[in-house]
Amino acid sequence: MKSLGLKRRFRIKNIFVFLVVLYFAFQFFSVFALLDLNNIKGVAKYYLENDIKDTESANVVTSIVVNYRGFDTLGEVTVLFLAATGLAAILSGERKKKRKKTPANAMLHYGSKPLLAIVVLFGAYIFIHGHLSPGGGFQGGTVIATGFLMMLLAFEGYEIKHGYVKWAESLAGLTFVTVGLFGLFLLGSFLANFLPLGKVGELFSAGVIPIIYVAVGFKVGSELTGLLDNMMGVVE
Amino acid sequence: MNIVIIVTVLCVLLMVIAAYFAIKTNDLISSVLASSVVSLMASILFLILHAPDVAMTEAAIGAGLSTFVFLIAIRKTERYEKHEEQ
Repeated sequence: MKSLGLKRRFRIKNIFVFLVVLYFAFQFFSVFALLDLNNIKGVAKYYLENDIKDTESANVVTSIVVNYRGFDTLGEVTVLFLAATGLAAILSGERKKKRKKTPANAMLHYGSKPLLAIVVLFGAYIFIHGHLSPGGGFQGGTVIATGFLMMLLAFEGYEIKHGYVKWAESLAGLTFVTVGLFGLFLLGSFLANFLPLGKVGELFSAGVIPIIYVAVGFKVGSELTGLLDNMMGVVE
Repeated sequence: MNIVIIVTVLCVLLMVIAAYFAIKTNDLISSVLASSVVSLMASILFLILHAPDVAMTEAAIGAGLSTFVFLIAIRKTERYEKHEEQ
């Protein structure tokens, strides 16, 4: 009798917690719903009005991430690099162990090779067209890393060449910083847009934005691939 | 317009249910999959809110990659959460 009462009280508490969470979810949603998009002020207004004139990039988000706030993006990429390096350092003692050999099924085995090409192509498309359509370096890099994860799952003996990954990562980071320094020397501010801007909507437009986003795509892709390889390699 | 509101409400409901399930269940793999459902619904919400860039990031990282990182970590440790004796 006593334990039943305790159980019921526990269940009522659960329902109460659920209702509170639901209430906060709808409150959170209503904040977004009430956001007035016709009355934007301050910096956001400047970005929306002057984006085409300043950068000729069709995607305002990209021009904010890479051009107006490009230095922050460099910091973000560095944080990701440090996280991947830290994980590799933690797991380095166990690296030598082989993965457990469990053969993948036939679907994954035969389907993954042609799919890898399509997935990598799609990731490259996302970051090359970062200034024209939604998406960019981070999204494209993650898609590419997902493709390599599929290969790691499909083939038990699949090995990612660490030399290539390291080179791609280093060259991409170097490109980012070099482009930034060129801007500093030619126009007087780090990551300034020193290339001709072209016309909005074309592939070769928006100056340095596509170059930087391709570099970010390579860097994120190779970092996440290395991270996944580190994690997969440890299982005995 | 109406169908957008219906989809939004369904997404929010599913998010809340999945989040609650992720906290409550003892099976860590179910918990990780439920949190990936939360991310997927969040990416649909971002799309409805006209933020396709964020939606892509959320779908690729939140629903895709982080789920696999958690699954690999669980494979190396234990699948079921241990309950402390009360």
